[in-house]
Amino acid sequence: MPTQILMPALSPTMEEGTLARWMKKEGDTISAGDVIAEIETDKATMEFEAVDEGTLGKILIPDGTEGVKVNQPIGLLLEEGEDESALEEAAKAGQSGGSGNESGGGASDGEADSAPKTAPAAPKSGPAQPPVPSSGNHGAQPDADEPTYDSFKRQTVREALRDAMAEEMRADPDVFVMGEEVAQYEGAYKVTQGLLSEFGDKRVIDTPITEMGFAGLGVGAAFARLKPVVEFMTFNFSMQALDQIINSAAKTLYMAGGQMGCPMVFRGPNGAAARVAAQHSQCYASWYAHVPGLKVISPWSAADAKGLLKAAIRDPNPVVFLEHEILYGQTFDVPDVEDFVLPIGKAKVERVGSDVTLVAFSRMVGHCMAAAETLAEQGIEAEVINLRTLRPLDTATLLKSVRKTNRVVTVEEGWPFAGIGAEIGQICMEQAFDWLDAPVTRVTGADVPMPYAANLEKLALPQPEHVVEAARAVCYRSQA
Amino acid sequence: MAASRRTRSGGKEESGTPQAKRFEPDELEHLYRSMLVIRRFEEKAGQLYGMGLIGGFCHLYIGQEAVVVGLQKLARPGDSIVTSYRDHGHMLAAGMDPKGVMAELTGRAGGYSRGKGGSMHMFSREKGFFGGHGIVGAQVPVGTGLAFAHKYREDGGICMCYLGDGAVNQGQVYESFNMAALWGLPIVYIIENNKYGMGTSVERASAPGDLCQRGAAYGIPGKSVNGMNVLDVIEHCAEAVEHVRAGKGPYLLDLKTYRYRGHSMSDPAKYRTKEEVSKMRSESDPIDQLKTRLLDQGVFDENHLKDIDKQVKGIIGEAAEFAQQSPEPDPSELWTDVLVDA
Ligand SMILES: Cc1ncc(C[n+]2csc(CCOP(=O)(O)OP(=O)(O)O)c2C)c(N)n1
Ligand SMILES: [Mg+2]
Repeated sequence: MPTQILMPALSPTMEEGTLARWMKKEGDTISAGDVIAEIETDKATMEFEAVDEGTLGKILIPDGTEGVKVNQPIGLLLEEGEDESALEEAAKAGQSGGSGNESGGGASDGEADSAPKTAPAAPKSGPAQPPVPSSGNHGAQPDADEPTYDSFKRQTVREALRDAMAEEMRADPDVFVMGEEVAQYEGAYKVTQGLLSEFGDKRVIDTPITEMGFAGLGVGAAFARLKPVVEFMTFNFSMQALDQIINSAAKTLYMAGGQMGCPMVFRGPNGAAARVAAQHSQCYASWYAHVPGLKVISPWSAADAKGLLKAAIRDPNPVVFLEHEILYGQTFDVPDVEDFVLPIGKAKVERVGSDVTLVAFSRMVGHCMAAAETLAEQGIEAEVINLRTLRPLDTATLLKSVRKTNRVVTVEEGWPFAGIGAEIGQICMEQAFDWLDAPVTRVTGADVPMPYAANLEKLALPQPEHVVEAARAVCYRSQA
Repeated sequence: MAASRRTRSGGKEESGTPQAKRFEPDELEHLYRSMLVIRRFEEKAGQLYGMGLIGGFCHLYIGQEAVVVGLQKLARPGDSIVTSYRDHGHMLAAGMDPKGVMAELTGRAGGYSRGKGGSMHMFSREKGFFGGHGIVGAQVPVGTGLAFAHKYREDGGICMCYLGDGAVNQGQVYESFNMAALWGLPIVYIIENNKYGMGTSVERASAPGDLCQRGAAYGIPGKSVNGMNVLDVIEHCAEAVEHVRAGKGPYLLDLKTYRYRGHSMSDPAKYRTKEEVSKMRSESDPIDQLKTRLLDQGVFDENHLKDIDKQVKGIIGEAAEFAQQSPEPDPSELWTDVLVDA
């Protein structure tokens, strides 16, 4: 039997792609390693190399076919000794689908992979991709405190971040961007796309792999009143630079009696990516939020990302800006105004409700929005607070909501011990004790390093179902 | 600020025409087979990744086989090895079972870390393989510590510590060099210089100067070696390994090699030309070079090599089968191994 050549997955979450071009014709001999076709994923054209050797017997999917599903047979390979007659047999045997057609893929970009993995603009596709409401114009009821806007544009979080940096760089020549692969490669996750071509290599700088070095260099440049935006390829690597962020950036103003400000931003993806295991999947929110002298922001939507990154770059203090890889490709409405800036230290009520308050930041806001939909079907109206800034925390918005709903569930990807949820619980106890009708409950990542195996990873992360369960529990509703 | 293009002071790269005849036929067969096992393993891993059976990051070693096969030929049982996330080749060269490595890639219970570590984080105390490290440069002080333990115990072992050309710019590398030289630790630092750290070429990441001289300020001897030819690797690295084994302190090797694939599975590799890759593949492939030499010198005939190919294919086929049949880890595994019970 000829071997089926199957459409490959060329990134961790690719489900289909375009077969752009065959590089071999029927009848050509193929050795392992030969490029046999070019395949377009959502962001890149990749070469598809042969693993087996033989002769290309038949092309099943012609050049230029779009929407070819991963693992669909695209051609037939004849092994040594097989001839055309084998093809006929194969045709009779029908399309058997190939082997090992099991989905183990996660939902994330590779380090060097910049594809918007999570299907863009897919508002409702199951629990892993919670509904994506816009920034205040439709979906759930808007927050009365939030200004309203007339026009919006649809943007991914990735584009919003890029636009924020580009706008601030245009406005202020002291702003520059520095980090690994930010210039020529345009960002390992393509967040700095287009910046090098617009601003040149004086202001968009590729560094060696030397986090402690360039983070510290950024601090020095900020002492000298430049405004560095330092990208960590992921926040996991910021641990190499932790001393500079905490001991130099955060504390110097205080130690210098107010003389030595450090106007800079440390930004990059934080939290759990997909299937990259313990050293590359971790939430640093509570680590940085612990430190006086830092501001810590963690946006969810594209509007958050844009408005808050612009604010962070303008802020005269060191700001740690925690993005999320899995949100980069998600699309939201961003107010289409001249200079859209959001205030640091102000949370947003994403959904108004009366029965329970769900508090989250970053990707978990989406989980809360999804959980709120499910809860609504069960007659529980949840209020969802998107914290946006973790330090300083907007306790006023939190307490206002608690005094209304009397029940709180906090949701975060990070570990429970001394986490953001622990802090919120304490704030509620100290400042809203008399209003609480149930203990503040936490939904967190499992208290273990992130496992690699697909089944264990899923168990280690909060899912919308967990939020629903916790909300029902604080409302004293028994199992549905 | 942006790196201006400067020419690199051309240090001498040790390569030459070592006599294949100086190696016994069974040694040559071992070298050929070991490189082929890695090559076929990695091709299969790429294929399983394409089928969605392997997730996350998967960094293939294709093109670099001669480095680890040659150097591990110089190692002895009892030595320790440590490397980065581009680690599949090192594990196979250390004698780890392809089944257990492949099953770790698929995240299954039969994997070396029982599915909990994945491609970048695998270990085997039995084979002296201490990882598999996902953080660039972190394995260098760790390897220095392994060398410290060899010296402390006086067990005669040394540490083979592999790092990338990108990793050489991490500060902890130099902190390690200083301690290793200061205390005369038995460690060979092996830079696998495949010309790129992700999308950044060595020229754009490192100040001019030979990477093998990076230890000079600490008195660490250094040498550049052609890493595309396994016999060159053995011949020209032997002295370094002997130096370290004799208790004369650390040695730094800069192995010039090349990775054929992207940095990880989904890197379209726009930062280099297709011609550059195909030139390396067609002119410097480590497996082809050895094969040609063996045939030309009449060490083996075509049929013998074909038999080896077939056996290797069989081994890798079994590993892939095992990796797909092995069950997912039990959910209770989520909570185990966080701490040793005490
Ligand atoms: C501290 C740290 N910074 C950044 C990364 C992301 N990263 C992974 S591999 C890599 C390139 C390393 O290049 P090199 O040392 O040459 O090794 P190679 O991949 O070529 O084997 C980078 C930047 C990381 N894993 N750890
Ligand atoms: Mg490299």
